Amino acid sequence: MADFIVSLLTGLSSAAAMFLVASGLSIIFGVTRIVNFAHGSFYMLGAYIGYTLVQTIGSTGIGFWTAVLIAAVAVGLIGVVMEILLLRRIYKAPELFQLIATFGVILVIQDVTLWVWGSEDLVGPQAPGLKGAVSILGKPIPEYDLALIAISPLVLVGLWALFKLTRWGTLVRAATQDRQMVAALGVNQRWLFTGVLFLGSALAGLGGAVQIPKGGADLLMDFNILAAAFVVVVVGGMGSILGAFWAALLFGILQTFGIQILPNSTLVLMFLVMAVVLIFRPWGLLGMPESLLQIPSGPPEQPLRPALPRVRALAGAACALLLVLPIVHLVFPEVVGTFTLVLVIEIMVFVLFAAALHFIMGPGGMVSFGHAAYFGGGAYAAALLVKFADAPFELAFWAAPLGGALLAFLFGWFCVRLSGVYFAMLTLAFAQIAWAFVFQDMPGSVLKTFGIADEFGTPLKITGGDDGLNDIWPSPWASTRISYYYITVGLSVAALWIMRRLLYAPFGYTLRAGRDSPLRAAAIGIDLTRHRWLAFAISGAFTGLAGALFLFSKGSIFPTTLEIARSFDALLMVMLGGVQSLFGPIFGAAALTWLNDLFSVLSYWRFLLGVTIIALVLLLPQGLAGFADTRPGRRLRLARPEETGA
Amino acid sequence: MRPLKALIAAIGATAAIATGVTVGSASASAAAETIRIGDINSYTRLPAHTVPYRQGAILAIEEINRSGGVLGRELELISHDDQGKPGEAVKVAERLFDRDKVVLISGSLFSHVGLALTAYAKQSQKLYIAAEPLADALVWAQGNRYTFRLRPSTYMQAAMLAAEAAKVGDAKRWATIAPNYAYGKDAVAAFQRVLTALRPDVEFVGSQWPALFKIDGGAEVEALKRLEPDAIYNVTFGSDLAKFAREGRLRGLFEGRLIVGLLTGEPEYIDPLKDEAPEGWLVTGYPWYDIGTPAHRAFLDAYQKRWNDYPRIGSVVGYNTMLAIKAMFDRAGSTDTEKMVDAMKGLSFEAPTGPITFRAIDHQSTMGAYVGWTKLRDGKGVMVDWKYLDGADYLPSDDEVRKLRSGG
Repeated sequence: MADFIVSLLTGLSSAAAMFLVASGLSIIFGVTRIVNFAHGSFYMLGAYIGYTLVQTIGSTGIGFWTAVLIAAVAVGLIGVVMEILLLRRIYKAPELFQLIATFGVILVIQDVTLWVWGSEDLVGPQAPGLKGAVSILGKPIPEYDLALIAISPLVLVGLWALFKLTRWGTLVRAATQDRQMVAALGVNQRWLFTGVLFLGSALAGLGGAVQIPKGGADLLMDFNILAAAFVVVVVGGMGSILGAFWAALLFGILQTFGIQILPNSTLVLMFLVMAVVLIFRPWGLLGMPESLLQIPSGPPEQPLRPALPRVRALAGAACALLLVLPIVHLVFPEVVGTFTLVLVIEIMVFVLFAAALHFIMGPGGMVSFGHAAYFGGGAYAAALLVKFADAPFELAFWAAPLGGALLAFLFGWFCVRLSGVYFAMLTLAFAQIAWAFVFQDMPGSVLKTFGIADEFGTPLKITGGDDGLNDIWPSPWASTRISYYYITVGLSVAALWIMRRLLYAPFGYTLRAGRDSPLRAAAIGIDLTRHRWLAFAISGAFTGLAGALFLFSKGSIFPTTLEIARSFDALLMVMLGGVQSLFGPIFGAAALTWLNDLFSVLSYWRFLLGVTIIALVLLLPQGLAGFADTRPGRRLRLARPEETGA
Repeated sequence: MRPLKALIAAIGATAAIATGVTVGSASASAAAETIRIGDINSYTRLPAHTVPYRQGAILAIEEINRSGGVLGRELELISHDDQGKPGEAVKVAERLFDRDKVVLISGSLFSHVGLALTAYAKQSQKLYIAAEPLADALVWAQGNRYTFRLRPSTYMQAAMLAAEAAKVGDAKRWATIAPNYAYGKDAVAAFQRVLTALRPDVEFVGSQWPALFKIDGGAEVEALKRLEPDAIYNVTFGSDLAKFAREGRLRGLFEGRLIVGLLTGEPEYIDPLKDEAPEGWLVTGYPWYDIGTPAHRAFLDAYQKRWNDYPRIGSVVGYNTMLAIKAMFDRAGSTDTEKMVDAMKGLSFEAPTGPITFRAIDHQSTMGAYVGWTKLRDGKGVMVDWKYLDGADYLPSDDEVRKLRSGG
């Protein structure tokens, strides 16, 4: 019993920081509809700023808590700066576009933090007056844990009072329900949004600062908390603070008892729970159905039209250039080196990956946060076939698109029933489960339970865990740089063409009908769920193809190809290129891969890349492909003159 | 007009950077007299570990060049970040060989990055000297002609700890805590194997597997307490170790128990803990402050003078790697890959930590590790009663190694 109580208290205390961060994220999303990826970075900044302040003024109890509060306010102000300089300018951009701006902010904050605080992990000092442990039923529990347990209900009550008892809170709640109405009543939304960003960011900063005595500050905190914060928000229901509170408690307690029963479950537990919750309650525990949330978006998308002659000519020229590049390499090796071919192979792999994601994201309106599952999943299917069935390259290669399609078929069945952010989060959950599956080498563990293991009783290596599968190369005829180059370029261009044809066929029209007006599409007899499911599987197949090309160009495969960061890379490429154009993902993937390579030789490349992304977002809110629709783009006859809109 | 101007400005700026970068590398390639070594490491992902590595390597390169270089030419280190991603590392390797004309590649910290480069080295028949990655597979299951590794592997370090742990105390019930990924799993498996062989009476009562850098300290400590072990084998490191050590102390986990910690004594991990560093743990590490050999003294002085900082384990690995490369060039007399590989096999050289040999049988170096007990001294954790254990004594038998290398 004593053990149980102590474990329960431990779980409650670890829920505290989680709740603070998640509630901030939830508030920001609820009002502004911005999926703020930089939220984890605010948490990290809260920890670093708090650490510095605690070192200077935190030797007394009052000093410590003052330092924590100042850190929260400071981070809140940083959030305000981000809102005024960046987000305010792009509220009218297409849905979810703002998230790539916040992605740029992540990169900038990472390098600035490294520059200011250095690379060594900072272990937080303990809180004055709360350094020891108290005995509860004869078992020691740290005093600071009890303080943390008290903090979340305090903050919850404070937020409740703020939202229920003040005029500002009333306006925020009104804006969460119906932004247009609030605007029509003459409320200045700008300052409302700025205030919300302040509150949300300050809560993230507070979360970072209060956990100092439990941990400290390090450079990996931002990404480490981000996924968890999103999970808590989504399980609680986007925009619901009370939901975030219960979800944080649920996970805190579940985590504590979960690792006692299943020590191996640490990687997947949260995502499994999220998947189950979303399957049974598609809007989280206390969230509103998506249809009740109006998603603001930019001007309505233009219908698909055949490309203009000038655009076709440019696309043809690009293909021709790709074809002759190896010949230039052979004739002038100093001008086009082997590495240029390698870089183009990499670019084409990501172009295909991004285009496959765009296939469901643009015309389908399904934003997947977990597409790396099909990229890496497909690649693993091929790699396993090579490793354990000695399959020749020519055969194993095709296992990847097939594997990607099957996996998407399986996961898609659950996902396509959801929409918007909930769809995105369920794809993320499945991707994370797939990642853990290969990362923990679950097939090996399963075999062990049947008594199949090596002579020492260690589980057999099937997926190889994070040591991956190595030494998987194409057949000799395909393994020279030039032949592999042609394979990659040929297959990816063909795949792009097929996807384009599909989108111009009735299949694509139906898909867009379902995106733009689900009700009307259903009314004319379209089985929307099935159609979206099929599109998801097709996208999975092409993503798997990209995975196969990636696998055989690198010769090895690791769980990193399935991780969240890889999914976000693809998302970033699509967004940066422009969701509304079929050429968008091509530009986005090419630009990002190239910029990444260009900048990576420099020390603070993340800062540069982040600034570049932010600059592009501000200059071209419709993405790179949106250039065609700007005045100079139209003058170059890249878009029809009558589509000016304005 | 505004968007056009802005776009032109953006393109102009990017082009300027591009030109700068290209010119930068072009002018570097003009000085063709140097022998270039491609250095790949996770400089942005884990700078706390990789920057000391690079500083050690640069120090060695400068010393080598001051004393005349190798083959009558100067050495040059071209460093490149791999972002902690295996695929990126392979691309960087291609870039280094093609654009920067390096003759070999070295470095890397993460095991998966090291393994990706191992596969690449085999396929492209280029020499790769893995510096820090610990995965056993790198020289065994995935081992190949073109890959060599300097740092003592997971197996070697775990075996050293197990051998020492077998000698002290009479702990019967062992529990383990390790990050939930291949390194943690391998480290636990190797420790269990060696300890059980030496002490058949011990029993492993349970294992905890926190996610790497996401440990829930309190929860893991409570879970370990429930197992009621006599001794605990800890593999957590970095921010996980800090949280584990603090919660464990506050919640009384360590009282009356033998705690054994892999890598815990390395400055990278124990120094951030400051006055909360655990006392009385049996650990592997790097007690740079107390190593009195003249060779290490000289290294320590030179390092502190050059960088105004003390060396970490990464520094000494970086330094030793470059010494190995110099010795290899002296022996090979050439920058031809096949000749370099032949020279690496069985290569012996003197390092600040003692003599090191790259075994011909599996390309693992015999660099050892320091094993000792942690203690607080002047408000920081140090190692006392330590000894240097030669890596050669903690490797499986040749027959076993041959089987491991062919089995993959």
